[in-house]
Parts: sequence; structure tokens; C-alpha cells
Amino acid sequence: MSITRQDIEHVAALARLALSDEEQQLFTSQMGAILSYVETLNELSTDGIQPTAHAVPMANAFRPDQVAASIGHDRALANAPDKNETYFRVPPVIE
Amino acid sequence: MELYEHTIHTLHQQLKLRQVSSVELTKALLARIAATDPSVNAFITVTSEQALADAAAADARIARGDCAPLTGIPVALKDIFLTEGIRTTCASRMLENFIAPYDATAWARLKAQGAVLLGKLNQDEFAMGSSNENSAFGPVHNPWNRDHIPGGSSGGSAAAIAAQQAIATLGTDTGGSIRQPASHCGCVGLKPTYGRVSRYGVIAYASSLDQVGPLTRDVTDAALLLGAIAGHDPKDSTSVNCPVPDYTAALTLDLKGRTIGLPKEYFIEGLDPEVQQAMQQAIETYRRLGAEFVEVSLPHTSYAVATYYLIATAEASSNLARYEGVRFGHRAKDTAGLIDLMMRSRSEGFGAEVKRRIMLGTYALSSGYYDAYYLKAQKVRTLIQQDFTNAFEKVDLLLTPVAPTPAFRIGEKTADPLQMYLSDIFTIPVNLAGICGISVPAGISDAGLPIGLQLLGRPFGEETILQAAYSFEQATDWHTKKAAL
Amino acid sequence: MRYQPVIGLEVHVQLKTDSKIFCGCSTRFGAEPNLNTCPVCLGLPGALPVLNRQVVEFAIMAGLATNCSITPTNIFARKNYFYPDLPKGYQISQFDLPICLAGHLDIAVGEQTKRIGITRIHMEEDAGKLVHGQGGGSGVDLNRAGTPLLEVVSEPDMRTADEAVAYLKKLYQIVTYLGICDGNMEEGSFRCDANVSVMPMGSDKFGTRAEIKNVNSFKFVKAAIEYEISRQIELIEDGGTVVQETRLFDPAKGITRSMRGKEEAHDYRYFPDPDLVPVVISDEWVDRVKNGLPELPETKYQRFLSQYGLPEYDAEVVTASRTLADYFEQCAQACGNAKSAANWVMGELTRSLNDNSVTIENSPVSPAQLAGLIGLIDKGTISGTIAKKVFEELWKNGGDAATIVEQQGLAQVSDSGAIEAAIDQIMAANMGQVEEYRGGKEKVFGFFVGQVMKAMKGKANPAVVNDLLKQKLAG
Repeated sequence: MSITRQDIEHVAALARLALSDEEQQLFTSQMGAILSYVETLNELSTDGIQPTAHAVPMANAFRPDQVAASIGHDRALANAPDKNETYFRVPPVIE
Repeated sequence: MELYEHTIHTLHQQLKLRQVSSVELTKALLARIAATDPSVNAFITVTSEQALADAAAADARIARGDCAPLTGIPVALKDIFLTEGIRTTCASRMLENFIAPYDATAWARLKAQGAVLLGKLNQDEFAMGSSNENSAFGPVHNPWNRDHIPGGSSGGSAAAIAAQQAIATLGTDTGGSIRQPASHCGCVGLKPTYGRVSRYGVIAYASSLDQVGPLTRDVTDAALLLGAIAGHDPKDSTSVNCPVPDYTAALTLDLKGRTIGLPKEYFIEGLDPEVQQAMQQAIETYRRLGAEFVEVSLPHTSYAVATYYLIATAEASSNLARYEGVRFGHRAKDTAGLIDLMMRSRSEGFGAEVKRRIMLGTYALSSGYYDAYYLKAQKVRTLIQQDFTNAFEKVDLLLTPVAPTPAFRIGEKTADPLQMYLSDIFTIPVNLAGICGISVPAGISDAGLPIGLQLLGRPFGEETILQAAYSFEQATDWHTKKAAL
Repeated sequence: MRYQPVIGLEVHVQLKTDSKIFCGCSTRFGAEPNLNTCPVCLGLPGALPVLNRQVVEFAIMAGLATNCSITPTNIFARKNYFYPDLPKGYQISQFDLPICLAGHLDIAVGEQTKRIGITRIHMEEDAGKLVHGQGGGSGVDLNRAGTPLLEVVSEPDMRTADEAVAYLKKLYQIVTYLGICDGNMEEGSFRCDANVSVMPMGSDKFGTRAEIKNVNSFKFVKAAIEYEISRQIELIEDGGTVVQETRLFDPAKGITRSMRGKEEAHDYRYFPDPDLVPVVISDEWVDRVKNGLPELPETKYQRFLSQYGLPEYDAEVVTASRTLADYFEQCAQACGNAKSAANWVMGELTRSLNDNSVTIENSPVSPAQLAGLIGLIDKGTISGTIAKKVFEELWKNGGDAATIVEQQGLAQVSDSGAIEAAIDQIMAANMGQVEEYRGGKEKVFGFFVGQVMKAMKGKANPAVVNDLLKQKLAG
């Protein structure tokens, strides 16, 4: 299955990646090749097979409803690229 | 023998008996790093001050009579483990200046024993790669031959052992990223069963495949290090709540009656003749040790790489969505609004391979393609896991090559990503099935490059593969060979 | 052409747990920005979610109270999209296997009951908050990120704004009765999205729907839906087509506006969250929850009718909220006079609570104190009028009714001698009115009652006053 330049643009937008023209071109051909390869899976019949979401069967991993210490402002904001008081700051968002 | 050539278990004795101090040991390793790393590039961050402080504290503790297996032992960690207060980059521009605000559980457990942190190791960016050529901090050079790759993604972790820059290291393995570099660098690398070791504080690549494991000089060290980090972690929902045995107790020599399976799909035409030869010799060694071989089949092997590259990239595309320049990490300058900020921060912060995998994963999950790609891959995964379950009904463990060839040259496979992906064929199925695997040194090519063999065990069958690995190791001398640096 | 509106509602119920759904941070409202955070809810590298068991319990309770089936194996899924208030770049929610399915609620529509279907209920985490005006930018506060939510999705069974409000109020009553939600709509504990469409009357093909997001009061929900219905009808009649879009309600203008600047149709790329394991709910677990459920509004209403003999109106008012019902019941049991307890709760108590903007949980007058007051009335110790004064005293200064009556000498006088004397005095001073009354002007009776009460400082037993006055005035 071939993937078009438009497909690449659409996926890049979904993934919030700004690709250069070169990258778009390169990815279009590389992804096309990879997708053709992964399509070999269609040779296999998987009717009636359950998907495996977890390699080791586990269930019910819970924690009790107890408050544990939060890490505090300093550590929460320590790596913030931009902040205002104790908010993380981003360009204005219009809703 | 130099201090830096020792193992955890021999050093433990010496430290306990106060024949050597942790500070001396740490200084020796720091000097070794300074001397060798300019040509290996295994380290992204060397934490000399911290290391010496840790060592002094360890010595004080030992003086009080408190000496656990890892007390005072200098180790290094793949830069994918969060280490509180210390820069953690995951070999990416995206996290170039990220200071971790908390410790990964695996590191915290070593820290609690008094291990000494030498620094953070180079890797493929976000664990995506098989050659350590995808690092924003330059490639790692194989200490056995600097023009060759060390393997990946835990290239730095393996190279540091081969270059004797650390006594032991931790890496992560998602499709072979501990076992393959261990094989290429002539050291031991263990991928435990999924859920055996906590993933909390390990930067996620593919959540259902990632596992933490040790890279060490010998099998005994691997057993010790595994014992120190394994066990349930309430902070990781996927960590399994079952007891951790004393793995060193499994290290016996007798293999009589052990049945070892040889999956026919792994011993194919096209296997490098030197790898083939190493495997043959290993099989003979095992026969002499009393093991019996049975041919088995893992019929869905040829679909494993495709399955992996759909599941891993899908999970990765989601795991890496948090890197958008808002709360931490690289933020692009002079952006035109929020969406531009996110797009440019991500595009500037991520390298090409990371972008490629995010794109692939996003595509595999997208509307209209989910069933054909992601869901299909999850179903094939069931078949692959079933193959192993069936095989383990007939045999105790499996023996396979680790990589189709010894380490290739730096730059040799970077032009075609698909070619690079296909070289993971022997290691990938293990992660898909969630079982355990270990790579041990089993030969050296004529060109002087190590060749490893892989032993695969049932879920939570680490004792079986450690024993088989130990037995082989003690019957051969591959583990004593050292890279000339 | 007549049009039939079709309404479906999605309600986000914030659960009243102490800690967040996937980490131990506090869920307390109003903390300084980013104070209640940790690597997990901040979405830092390497952090992993662990499910709060209480959230599952609450979800099962909600499912049982709305007649849903409880899914035995349910899983979490990632809903992937980018927004600054969503730290991981995905929301952990449920997609394929939600915890509750196929329930219903019955609402009163005039004299009839109508059944509104509930498609599903699922567990998910709340996002953080964006605030504006942060030095030229917007600020991200992640205190709310990770707060547990239940999303309750109704079938598109409602046909009027009133039905929608009735459904919401019923659902609100249930979740507050269960104690799983604090019901504080101003703080965002109960948020409603309304899906509205219209179709020609008699048709069975639904029209295109618009989604009105985040309406936070019953009043606004009604106004928003009504506006939207007429907007859509007008649009269609003008020859336009309704677009599937997200809209916001503007309470100041009473209109809905299209959300400009928001992304069109997200591709959420749902897939099972590999960091979480399935939640398996056994029959035993469901039974335990079922046996532990508090009495639900409908059952309590019926019980108040039969056990306390309350009239329907009283029973309905008093069971509107669980705290009110509990208050009433404690009071009724303590004083043994349910009707009186209901009257006082619906009357004086509610009035005082409203006037002083106090919730019933914080009422300064306890059920026991009120019961004491009612007891004194029943014994004849005080009159109804005096009782109101005593209530005010209890409200302002606490204490108990009996002590207040004694200290302030408020006990009513039933001694006919004293009352007769007062009556005689007043009649003597008001012969004119006596003549008027005897002449047939019955209204004058009230004047005499008032005068007697005044003379006796309100303490005269009204029944005795009435009897004696009638006798004496009759001549």
C-alpha cells in the first residue's frame, strides 16, 4: 500500500510534527517501504484470535484511596520552560 | 589485575574485608572513564563529585559493618533512568537540560544498597535503535573496534562494560536493546520476564515491551544485580507481585538432563558463517555439559519484526506525546501560538528515527487503519507468544543466536531503516512474548568482534537461563577476553 | 412543519475520593496552582498510573443505582490528543469495555413517568485547567489533572429541555445520595454536555446534532437547550443545514456560540492503555457493593410515605437531598412527630439556611435541637409563635429549647384564670368592638385575639384564648 505526501502531512499534523520538505519526501518513501513490509501480516489468518495487550496476564492492580505527599511547587516547576508564579505559561489559548 | 577489571562479586568480598575502599575503586573507574571515553563516547554525563560522595558514604557504611552486595560498587545507568537531581536526557535534544525530579525505582533500590553512580550512559534516542547511532550526543564506538557499532539501544551500557568504565550497568530492552549490545560488546546482558523489574522512572518507549535489565562482566554479577532490582513495585501497575528468589543460588554447573530447544527458524541460511560456527561450538559445549538438544519450531517467527514495529511504534507515538515544550524539555523560540510551539518544539527536539517511529505509530492507530495494523499486530502477537508456550512444553529453555552478524560498521546501515529493523529478528520475539532472555559471550570473530549466544526461558524462568548461562561461562573462557583499549 | 427535538446528555461526575484516580495527590479544590501534583499527574517522563480502588467501588455503586449491568472485565484506553491542560498528551479513559452498560433512570414528566436510557458509564481522569491573563499568555494549572470522573452517557431519549433537566436532577440526586459526588456545581463537580438535534415530527431519522459543552447549572442547561432547539429550527427553515460542531453556552446573552479555533473532528486513536491492567469485577464484589448501597431516593420516598405517613409533597421535598432527608429523619425520630418535623424542616429551617447561605450540613440548629423544640410545642409548653422565637435563639446562640424557654420565661400560659382576666380587661377597654362583634362583624375577633396575645406577651395558649374569647364575646 503506498502512502501519499498528503497522508504524511495528515499524520504529521496529528502527531504535532512540523516536517521539512526534505523530511516529508524522505518519510513518504521510507514509510511506504515499511508499511509494505508490515503488510505481510495479512498473510496470516487471525480469525478468532484474541489480541494480546499484556504479555503477562495480570489484573486488579490497585492502590488505596490515600493522600500521599505531592512533590511541591519547586520540583513540579523545576524544568518549566516558562512560568508565571506557579503556573506553567504558554502562548494565549483562545477557546 | 586492575581495580576496574573486577566483578561485583569479587569486589564485594574485597570491600567487606576492607582490602579496598569504594573511594579508591571509584577513583580508578573515573580515571578509566577519563582515559577511554573520548574514543568510546559511552557516557553522556559523568557524575564525578556525586560518585566520590557516594563512595565515601559507602565506605562509612561498610566500616559500620553494613555491606550489601552492591554497597560501594560503582555502576552506571542508561540515560533513560531518572536519577533525582541529575540530568537525564534519554540521548535526546528534547531532554538536553532536563533534571530528573525523582528516582527510578530500579536505581532507588541500588542506591538504597549504597551503590555508587558514575554517570549516565549514551543510548539510541528514546531507546529507538539497534546501533547507538541515533543519539543526539554522538554515536558510541565499540571498544573492540572503534569503527564499529556497539549495538543498541543500550550501546553505552554495553560499551562501558567492555571498556571497563563501570563494574556493572543497567539498560533497557524493548526489542533486544540489552541482549544485542551485550553480544556485540562481549558482555552478559539479561532481559528479565516482563513485569519482573519495575518500569517506574524509566522513560517509556513501548510500555508493553520495555524491561529493565543488567549488563555485567559475568553471569554471577547479572544474577546479583537482578536480585537487587527485581520485585513488585506498587508504583508500577504492570510489575508482577511474586517473590524474588536468590538468583545466585541457581548458579550451579550440572546440566545433565536439561533439554534445550533449537528453534529451526533461527538457524537459517544467511546467518553469518562466524556466528554459525560460534553456535555450533556452543552446542557442542552444552552437549559435553550433559544437555540434550531438541529441534523445535516457532512458526510465526518471520512475522515478529512487522508485529513489533506496529505495536512498539504505536505505543511510542502515544508515550512521546507528553514532550511538547509545555511543562519541561525543549521549547522552541519565537513561535506563533500554541500549536506552532508544540510542533516546532517536537520537531527540533526529536531526531529522525524518533520522528519516523512516531509517524509510523500514529498511522497504525489512526482512524481507518487501527484494525488493519495495530489490532492485527496484537493478534499476531498472541500467535507468537503461543509458539513459545508450545515450545516450552517440550524443552526447558531455548538456544539461539543473538544477532545475524557481529557488530557492523558505524554508518553501514543508516541509509535504510528497514534493513536496520530486520537485524533484530532474533531478539524481538522475546519481548513480544514477554519471556526472559540472556546473552552471554560465545565467540570472537576473526575481525576481533564478539559474538554472543542467547538463552531463552519461560516467564519467570530466569533461574533456568542463568544456570545454563553460568554453566557455559564456566566451561569456556569467552568472558575473560577483554577489548584492547 | 413541526419539529421534534432530540436530546442526549453526557454528564461528567467528579468523584469524591481523597486522592486522584492514578496517583496519591489530593483532590481538594482551591489549592494554589500546581500544588497537588506529582510526576504521575504532571505527566513527567517515566511516571506510571496506578488505579485508585475507591474509584471502581464508586463506579459500581453508580452503575447499580442506575440499573446498569457491571462489566466483568473492563479495561482502560488512551484517548490521544494534544492540549496544554492534558499533560500526557492523552487522557486515560475507557473505550471498548466501560465499567457499566445499558441502564436507565425514570423521570417524572407531568403526571407520567418516562424512562431515559443510560448507554454507558465509564471511569476516566480529568484534565487540568487553563487560565488566561498570565503576563501575556495562558497559565496551566494541573491540580485538577487526574481527578477521577465518571462519564454518564444517556441515550438520546429526551425530547424537551424540561425532560433534560428532570433527568439531570435525578442523576444529581442519585450521585449525591450515594455519597460519590459532593454535588458542588460551581466547583465543577457535576458538568453537563448536551447533544441537541431536531428532526421533522413523525420522522425516525435523527438530524445532525450539535454538542453544547460544559453547562454548569440546571437553569443554564434549560436555557441552552431551548435556545439551541430554536436556533436549529430557524436555521433549517431558512434553508440552512445544521453542522456537527461543538458550541458553548453564553449565559449572559442566553445563546450558544460555535467554538471557533477548536480542532475539527479529532482522531483520538483509542487503544488499550498498556500501563494499566484489566479490572476484573467478580459477582461477589458486585454483591458486596449492592448490599452496602445507601437507601436510594425512590426507596426513601416510599418509606417516608408509609413509615412516617407524610403527604407526597412533603416526602418529595424532604427527600430532595440525602442530607436533608437524614436531617428530617433524625429529627422525626427524636421528637416522634414526623409531620411537624417535616413542616419545620421545609419551613423555618430551609428559610434560615437560604437567608444565611448555609448548607444543611452546616446548619447551626441540629436535628436534636429542633426535635427538642417540637417536643415543647407538642407538650403545650410553648405556642407556635413563641417557638419561632426560640428557633431564632437556637440558630444564633445554640443551646436547647427547654433551657431557653425557662431562662427567658417563654412558657405559654394556659391558666384560664389569667387569660380570662386579660380578656375581661381588654373587653372593658374596647366596648365598641365588642358591640361590633356581637352585631355580626366576625372579623373583629382577630383584633381581640391580637390584643389578648399582646397583653400576655405572646405567651397565652392560643387554643385556650380562642375558647374563652368566644365564650365571653358571645355574651
